[in-house]
Amino acid sequence: MSAEVPEAASAEEQKHKVLVGFVQPFILSTLEEMEDKVTSPEKAEEAKLKARYPHLGQKPGGSDFLRKRLQKGQKYFDSGDYNMAKAKMKNKQLPTAAPDKTEVTGDHIPTPQDLPQRKPSLVASKLAG
Amino acid sequence: MFLKFSPRAMFYGAGGGNDIQWCFSQVKGAVDDDVAEADIISTVEFNHSGELLATGDKGGRVVIFQQEQENKIQSHSRGEYNVYSTFQSHEPEFDYLKSLEIEEKINKIRWLPQKNAAQFLLSTNDKTIKLWKISERDKRPEGYNLKEEDGRFRDPTTVTTLRVPVFRPMDLMVEASPRRIFANAHTYHINSISINSDYETYLSADDLRINLWHLEITDRSFNIVDIKPANMEELTEVITAAEFHPNSCNTFVYSSSKGTIRLCDMRASALCDRHSKLFEEPEDPSNRSFFSEIISSISDVKFSHSGRYMMTRDYLSVKIWDLNMENRPVETYQVHEYLRSKLCSLYENDCIFDKFECCWNGSDSVVMTGSYNNFFRMFDRNTKRDITLEASRENNKPRTVLKPRKVCASGKRKKDEISVDSLDFNKKILHTAWHPKENIIAVATTNNLYIFQDKVN
Repeated sequence: MSAEVPEAASAEEQKHKVLVGFVQPFILSTLEEMEDKVTSPEKAEEAKLKARYPHLGQKPGGSDFLRKRLQKGQKYFDSGDYNMAKAKMKNKQLPTAAPDKTEVTGDHIPTPQDLPQRKPSLVASKLAG
Repeated sequence: MFLKFSPRAMFYGAGGGNDIQWCFSQVKGAVDDDVAEADIISTVEFNHSGELLATGDKGGRVVIFQQEQENKIQSHSRGEYNVYSTFQSHEPEFDYLKSLEIEEKINKIRWLPQKNAAQFLLSTNDKTIKLWKISERDKRPEGYNLKEEDGRFRDPTTVTTLRVPVFRPMDLMVEASPRRIFANAHTYHINSISINSDYETYLSADDLRINLWHLEITDRSFNIVDIKPANMEELTEVITAAEFHPNSCNTFVYSSSKGTIRLCDMRASALCDRHSKLFEEPEDPSNRSFFSEIISSISDVKFSHSGRYMMTRDYLSVKIWDLNMENRPVETYQVHEYLRSKLCSLYENDCIFDKFECCWNGSDSVVMTGSYNNFFRMFDRNTKRDITLEASRENNKPRTVLKPRKVCASGKRKKDEISVDSLDFNKKILHTAWHPKENIIAVATTNNLYIFQDKVN
């Protein structure tokens, strides 16, 4: 490996320094501006989403989203709520909570129709038919 | 172990996905559009010889198909797959203590290599893994002295002579019986099972932990990976898939929701929380968006048969990694890049969270994965060509060569092309499987199973 020989600052080098120090950042910032106008499709989609859901979580892949995934299958059942809802149902329809992406727990009170029928499949698979 | 190579497969199958002309062979399942939830296919897997093809569904049922023995006279096509056995593997449960519904949906099926006349497979739902024995019975004993043929007992005092019972042939009966039940080892939802090359142990992975089991022992399991943080508020990633190396019994990999793959060596320590290798492709921070992490989440990881490579599937692409190189994949194939400009709607309709699987062909030269609109894609690693095909009942005649499909991303749509906006996002192909030795593939749409094979002349 050859030893590095320090060169005296040539005119070429000085021109280079000007380029790096001044011209290049100027060019880069112009390019950035141009890029913003021609945004990547992904960023355009992100802007669309943020426009529709301004309160969407700060950490998109963060704990809220993952915790919701881990809690899949959780059905909170309160017999008191259920019976009160059954009584109220005679008068008016209960509003159902719209699935909200930032909600971690469900607040939909199960009504008799909503309780899932958990029966094993008695019918044979149609693939075997 | 005896490997039976069909000479035809070696002649035709050595080529890539595009030298092959794929033909429709069979379709299984109901024709009607009204799909019962229980009929949604959730897993598809060939056994080690390719003679058997298993499917699992959301209703907890397993259906096994068997390939007919080839008809030497009519060599138009390889044997058809017909129903061999079907059984209810898992049933819905409710965990009252945690107020948790446990779905009976079969998440994965993995076959054990055949050791004797019976076949064994592991099937799992979110919480419990079961070892099933599938055995044939084609003889039955007849001529008992103390029992009539219908089972009624004979009065011993009426017996005057003795005879030796003999086995007589009967109609083939295939019986499935649960031999082991591996339960209560997973707090979170099981996403993967993988049998070790030692054929004695296997791993099961849930969102946060991976356990090692011995196939003979159900009351004990060793935890080998635990990524649960002490404080759940700090949770940033979950385990999405895990697999044992096909040859090294001490090596396994697991993928994460952040797009990383960790390779672990069980010889290093009892708890493999510290990886031996970390595979991650560096991301350009300027390209980062809200969707970046979600679409980088790996939905499937599969080792090549050779064990030299592994393949990962994220939302938009398939990546091939060389186990010797951690800093980037050696090959990347775009499955449906045109969806990048649809991410907002795909997030709103939850499609962005769809978990597509991927598979290798027997010689590791072609990889396959599914997409939307009942399209599936194949990438030939050698020729670098790719093809898009459709699983549809419209191409129903056997030996009809499938026509390649093309999606038009934007602008002028050519004839026979389909525009992105016309794609049916409810028709997703999440599960595909490739016969281990021949060019036969099984493709699952929502509730139908398609079998395609290469054209045989």
